Amino acid sequence: MADPQRVAASVATAAHAVRLDDVAVQYRVPRSRGLSLKAWAASRAWRHGHFAHEALRGVSLEVRQGESLAVVGANGSGKTTLLRVIARVMSPTSGRVRIRGRVAPILDVVGAIHPELTGRENIVLNGTLLGLSRRETEARLERIVDFAEIGPFIDAPMRTYSAGMVARLGFAVASDTDADILVIDEALGVGDERFQRKCAARIDAILATGSTFILVSHDMHTVRRLCSRALWLDAGQVRANGPVDDVVAAYQEAQR
Amino acid sequence: MKAPLPEYDSAHQPHTSVREFTALLSYRDFVLQLVSRNLKVRYKRSALGIVWSMLGPLLSMAVLSVVFTRVFRSTTPNYPLYLFPGLLLWNFFAQTVSIITAEVVGGIDLWRRIYTPRAAFAVATTLTGLVHLLLALVPLLLLMLALGAPLTPALLAVPAIVVCAALFALGLGLAVASVAGHFADVGDMFQIVLTTWMYFTPVIYPREILPASLQPVWRLNPMAHLIEAFRMPFYEGRVPSTGLFATIAFIGLATCAIGWWLFTRTAEELARRG
Repeated sequence: MADPQRVAASVATAAHAVRLDDVAVQYRVPRSRGLSLKAWAASRAWRHGHFAHEALRGVSLEVRQGESLAVVGANGSGKTTLLRVIARVMSPTSGRVRIRGRVAPILDVVGAIHPELTGRENIVLNGTLLGLSRRETEARLERIVDFAEIGPFIDAPMRTYSAGMVARLGFAVASDTDADILVIDEALGVGDERFQRKCAARIDAILATGSTFILVSHDMHTVRRLCSRALWLDAGQVRANGPVDDVVAAYQEAQR
Repeated sequence: MKAPLPEYDSAHQPHTSVREFTALLSYRDFVLQLVSRNLKVRYKRSALGIVWSMLGPLLSMAVLSVVFTRVFRSTTPNYPLYLFPGLLLWNFFAQTVSIITAEVVGGIDLWRRIYTPRAAFAVATTLTGLVHLLLALVPLLLLMLALGAPLTPALLAVPAIVVCAALFALGLGLAVASVAGHFADVGDMFQIVLTTWMYFTPVIYPREILPASLQPVWRLNPMAHLIEAFRMPFYEGRVPSTGLFATIAFIGLATCAIGWWLFTRTAEELARRG
């Protein structure tokens, strides 16, 4: 693990990796399940069928290069939307997002995995989905296969894999892209306990290379261990932003 | 230590249509992987594999030829050779547009999970269709040899004509997909449009048999021009006239530009819809 004091010292002088100014994201949520032409014609106005949901409101944030930030908050507080904006999965409805460096989002390990393709073929497909070239992905192939511990299944169609194997392979690809900014959604309870320790070790190794790290998690132990700073989101707004221990303590106090 | 870091600023972005295009270029390996996925998946569990791309069109051509020469007593000379090129191009067009619509509507879920150029799936579908079309040219050339039709240098014009048809299919596919992303019915509705459209296009019959009242309307059908141009080098051993070439080039480029503009404009909103 990186020495917190040394990291803090180098972070203070570093430039921003992620900067958000007054960011808002609005979703258009359909009122009914159906999205048919008939329903649209019946309501006659396009707007009637939807309501706006503000997932993020007035969020400003700066993450310096090499810094590790945790995002905490209740379900529906906008954590995933914040990660999506940083990972460029969506653009903000208003406000400004600036990113310096390549982002590796580990928001979703399934990606474009296709059940009929072999593990090997899926690795190349998903590597290029993450923005690597085919050549770069093929150069990582053996390492990814090793890490995912798929064994002889690697040349079998992925429909024969267990759910754990699919998730391991997805994590192995997504965490091996040499990105400058690593963005992880907590939901990655990938694999069994032993594999999770392996994932944690890999994240530590990536952090040690000076990558910027943003983590969404409900596990305050992981948050304290991996991050120096925390952002508390509440109903799409920033409730607190500061040293991890202070923010986590305040958040846990409010949860009670 | 490394090359300068790439910068992203949501406030200083080129116009969506331009941004999507450059994004697509930098994700070209992903597009090619999608093409290879489409081909592999299609023939994964079949014994003859890729041969089906050649056999399928050949068999449907044979059936239609028998029906039209024996049952309907078509008088078109060398009817199988008249029918086959048109059928191939029509199938390429209809399948590309339908699959683009389905892939885009199904792919919106992926857009919310991970960044990818929005048009990657549509372009990959078009390229996959081109591979199938290319393979189907093998039985077409064999048919020409079997029927004693001359292989002329006019065949060298085929790639240019195919490019125009591909741009048209991609453009229309993107346009239909932008609307189908909002209303699921549009995809189903378009299937009916396609069937009707085919019967209004001289694919299985020669243009001359259209009633006089429809003759002026015929010119409004872009697929009629594309199929006519595509058929010429095979059936008549001629290169399309400059006028016809200009027409199909315009059809392809204009449709692709409009479809691209519509699609990139709506894609962001589709991704944001809950």
